[in-house]
Amino acid sequence: MLYSQSGQDSVLRVLFGDGRRIFANHFFTKADVYYHSGFYPSIFDQAGAPRENHLAAEGDHEHEEHEEEASFLSRPRDFLEAFGRHFIITQHTHLANGQEREILPWLKLSAELDPQMVDSYTVGAYWLANKLGKVKEAEEFLREGLRANPTSHQILFSLGQLVYKNDHDTGSARNLWELALRRWREQELQKKDPDNISLDKITVNLAHLEENEGNIDRAIYYLEQARKVSPFPQKLEKQIQDLKGKLPPRSQ
Amino acid sequence: MNIVIAISNVVIKELYRRKDFYVLFVLTALITLLLGSVSFFHDDKIIRYLKEICLLLIWVSGLLITIGTTARQLPAERENRTIFPLLAKPVTRAQVILGKFAGCWLASGLVLLVFYTFFGIVTGSREHQWPFLNYVQVLLLQWCMLGIVTAFVLLGSVVFAAPSSNATISFVLIIGILLLGRHLNHIALQQREPLQSLVYTLYFLIPHLEWYDVRQFIAFDQPLIPWIYCGLATLYAAAYACLLLFATWLVFRRKALNL
Repeated sequence: MLYSQSGQDSVLRVLFGDGRRIFANHFFTKADVYYHSGFYPSIFDQAGAPRENHLAAEGDHEHEEHEEEASFLSRPRDFLEAFGRHFIITQHTHLANGQEREILPWLKLSAELDPQMVDSYTVGAYWLANKLGKVKEAEEFLREGLRANPTSHQILFSLGQLVYKNDHDTGSARNLWELALRRWREQELQKKDPDNISLDKITVNLAHLEENEGNIDRAIYYLEQARKVSPFPQKLEKQIQDLKGKLPPRSQ
Repeated sequence: MNIVIAISNVVIKELYRRKDFYVLFVLTALITLLLGSVSFFHDDKIIRYLKEICLLLIWVSGLLITIGTTARQLPAERENRTIFPLLAKPVTRAQVILGKFAGCWLASGLVLLVFYTFFGIVTGSREHQWPFLNYVQVLLLQWCMLGIVTAFVLLGSVVFAAPSSNATISFVLIIGILLLGRHLNHIALQQREPLQSLVYTLYFLIPHLEWYDVRQFIAFDQPLIPWIYCGLATLYAAAYACLLLFATWLVFRRKALNL
């Protein structure tokens, strides 16, 4: 059963009810607006084609795909719109060189308003750890998210990534990823559209961890799990074959 | 011209004698300083959220003060019956309108100056840089917008019965233009005739106040807008303000002044 981090909901959360979730979503989108330095489609521009939050999908997009999706500004329809374009931001940029910190208040606010919005924690932790060098803060943020969402496989996976990449703590990372995999199976298997992207990430990372630790059998097992849901099964198949080649002859 | 300046002086003095400006300024300052004291993930360099929120407060305060000050000018003169000795000076009705407009607009300019000075101090203390020209540009554009708003509300004060209804309707319309003005043509194209033509006509007729809202350029550290476009926007604002003031004079010159 889910519980809030303090064990009881605040008055505001009880009063606002689902309303705070709308604000939480808005502030999460605000972080994406800040990531693009204000170059962002309005709700009228988005009405034609719903836009994915690129903050959350950073690294998953091809550059051209992102540029295409980001070019929501069509040719101006009249001279007033053409003139008005001089007073809005029309350059597509991403924050870089430490300026990614500007998105953090909105992610924090989003997490405060809706602690069950898992993306706030995982996205925030990603930027804190990977771009801003604030690993400790990232871990604290994820653990805060885990207290609010103890069965979240996404947060468990992110926490595992953090301890593996930064602390090089293989044991803890394995435990966290195996727990994430268990939680995934508990929650996602009965859904019509299970979150296969998360399963792919968890199993591939477990496979690489086991490979690095010399546990080839386990690595192959996880890659075979990943191959079932991966968008690139051929690549994984090749990796499986390569690993099978490393096994002693009696294990194949 | 001296008469216009004299009338406008009275309006400016009224601004700093009333509580509105001080209440809004203190509120803005308190909220800004409170938000500035919050630390996110032990990072003291985060500033953009503070700039955006402070600028939003400045915009709201500027609109409230301008609309509130302008909406009560002519009705207050009529209620206190000071309009009669004023017009007996002799001061023409056109001069009264111009004087009230100039006073309200200059007062809004002074308000913006104080707010933006505070904004500059707060952001400068955090960022250790002052993009002075950018601040000047944002201030000037907002002041131009408030010129249109002042003229619009002045027209409303001779059309509507009470200052409260004038202020409310003006505020709703202005917020509507700021939020939807840029997108009305898109909305129009999604409608069927004759609604499409109606909405498109409205799109061309309304003053495009959203052009003057360039807060994002400050919040996201964008470069200056070319001054030629700011100049054209200023001319646009001047033209609209003149049109609205002319309409106000047309209504006011025939209006009975006794209650």
